[in-house]
Amino acid sequence: MKILVCIKQVPDLESRFKPDAAGVWFSEADLAFRVNEYDEYAIEQAVKLKEQLGNEPEITVLSIGPDRVLEAIKKALAMGCDRAVHVQDSAAHLKDPWQIASIIATHAKDQAYDVIFTGMQSQDRGSAQVGVTVAEQLGYACATTLVGFAYEGGAITAKLELEGGIKGVAKLKTPALVTCQLGLNTPRYPTLPNIMKAKKKEIAGVPVADLLKEEALGKTVSFHPPAKKGSGLILEGDVSDLVEKVIGILKDKTAVLR
Amino acid sequence: MKTLLIGEYRQGKLLDTTYELFGFAGQLGAETALFLVGTDSQLPAYGGTLYLADVAVCGEYSPELHKQLVLEAIKKENPDQIVFLHSSYGWDLAPRVAASLKVAQVSEVVAIQEGGYEVGCCNAKMRRTLKPATAQSVITIQAGAFEGVQPGGAPQIVKLAPAGASNVEFLGYEPAEEKGVDLAKAEIIVSAGRGIGKKDNVGIIAALAKAFGGELGASRPVVDAEWVSHDHQVGTTGQTVSPKLYVACGISGAIQHLAGMKKSEFILAINKDKDAPIGEVADVLVVADLLQFVPALTARLSQ
Repeated sequence: MKILVCIKQVPDLESRFKPDAAGVWFSEADLAFRVNEYDEYAIEQAVKLKEQLGNEPEITVLSIGPDRVLEAIKKALAMGCDRAVHVQDSAAHLKDPWQIASIIATHAKDQAYDVIFTGMQSQDRGSAQVGVTVAEQLGYACATTLVGFAYEGGAITAKLELEGGIKGVAKLKTPALVTCQLGLNTPRYPTLPNIMKAKKKEIAGVPVADLLKEEALGKTVSFHPPAKKGSGLILEGDVSDLVEKVIGILKDKTAVLR
Repeated sequence: MKTLLIGEYRQGKLLDTTYELFGFAGQLGAETALFLVGTDSQLPAYGGTLYLADVAVCGEYSPELHKQLVLEAIKKENPDQIVFLHSSYGWDLAPRVAASLKVAQVSEVVAIQEGGYEVGCCNAKMRRTLKPATAQSVITIQAGAFEGVQPGGAPQIVKLAPAGASNVEFLGYEPAEEKGVDLAKAEIIVSAGRGIGKKDNVGIIAALAKAFGGELGASRPVVDAEWVSHDHQVGTTGQTVSPKLYVACGISGAIQHLAGMKKSEFILAINKDKDAPIGEVADVLVVADLLQFVPALTARLSQ
C-alpha cells in the first residue's frame, strides 16, 4: 500500500498579522511557523494505518512552500512518515486552491497512492477546497471532515462530522482521499530516537515549475483587518479595578446581578 | 445576474439555513433558482424555479450523485454563481462542482464588496477580498453571515433524475451524544477556551460559573483535548446558545464558536490578546491574564 499525506506549514495563529508589501497576504516578519493543526491529525492517521497493516505501507509526506517548510516535513518524518517530497515554491502564498491542488494531483497521478490524507482545511486560509479538489482531479472517492477512520480490505469506513454533534458514517473503496477534522485521533509527539531516525529519511526537492501547469482561477484583491464593528468596550489595567468595573457594568446592563 | 442556490435537507427535513442563501442573493441583487435533493412533500417557501431531485432515490449524502445533479441544473439554468452554505454539506460538495466546471471557488464569504467577496482568514483575525477570474463561480457563504429570507410562494418544480453511480456508500447517522447539560436553557454560561492553558485550570472557570449560578461551557479545542466533556461544547458542532450573560474566558473567537454564541444578550470576554476576534462580538473585552482576573471576579461575586 502507498499512502500520501499532504501538509501545510502555517503561522502560529496567536500572532499578530500585518499585510505584506503587495497587500495580498501577511508579512512573514516576526512570525513563527508550525504544522497546520488539521494536518497533524492527517499524519497521525496515516501512521496509525501503517502500523495497523504491519508497517507494510510506505508513507510519503508532501508539502509546498519555501525552505522553511522543511521543518514541517521533518516533524512529519519524525512522527513516522517514510519519505518526503518538498515542492519548492517561494510564492506558494500567491497560488489559489485550484493551483495547489493541481500541483499535488500532478505529483500523485503516476504514483498510484491507495489512500491520501489531508487536513480538512488550513488554519490560515480555511478554504477547505484543496483536498476535495485533488480527489476530483485524480478521480478518487472522497469524504470530508473525518472524526473517525477505519480500514479493512480495501475499504475505508469514515465517520463524518456534521452540524449539531450529529455524525454521518460512509464507506468508500480505495483509492480514496479523506480530509481530517480536529479530534480524529491524538497526534503523537515525535520521540528523540525518531527525530534522529528522521534525519536519514529521503526528502526529494522538486521545483514547483515541474508540477504546476495550471493558471489561477481567482485572485486576491486585498488582505486586511476586519472593519471594527459593534461598540464593544475594551477594559485594561489593574485586576482589582477591572473587577469593580465589570461588576458595575453587569449590574447596569444585565439582569443577572442584583 | 443569476444565481443557483444549493439548499440543504437532512434527516428528513428541509434545513432553515437554506433561506440564508436567499439573503445572500438579495444582497447581490441577483435572480435566483433553487436546487434541492429533497422531497415534494416538503417544499421551501419560494415561488421561483426549484430543481428537485428525490432524496429517496439519491440519498442525503452521496456527493458524486449530488454533484452530477447540480451540474445538470447548472446546464439548464446557466447561472453566474452557484451558491452553497459553508456547512458540512456545502464544503464537501462545492469543490467537486467547481473542479468539474473548472471555475473559481470562493469559500466562506462573510460580505459582498465592490471589488469581490470578503472572507475571513488567520483564525478570523484578518480578512481577504477575493475575486473570481472565471465567468462562472462557486461561492460558499458563512453560516449566519447573511440573514435568512423566506421569499414565500410555491415553487415551479423541475425534476432531476440521477445518472451514474455513487462511489461513496452512506451507512447512516449517529445521533449526537446525550446531553448531560442543556446549555440552551442556561441563563448564564461561563466558557473555557484554549487560553486557559491546561486542564488543571478548568476548575477556575467552573468556579466562576458556580459563583454566577450558571453553567460551564467550552470551546472546541478544550473539548478535543478532553479537558471538558463534549456536552459542554458551544459552537457549530456543539450547542447553540443565547443566554442572558455569556462569559468567554481565553476564547479567541473562531467562527465556529462565534456562530454558537453570538446571539447571547450580553457577552463578556476575558482575553490577553486585545485583537482576538472575540472582541468583534463582545460587549466588554477585559484585557487581562485570566488566571488572575477570573479568581478575583469569583471572589468578588462570592462576597
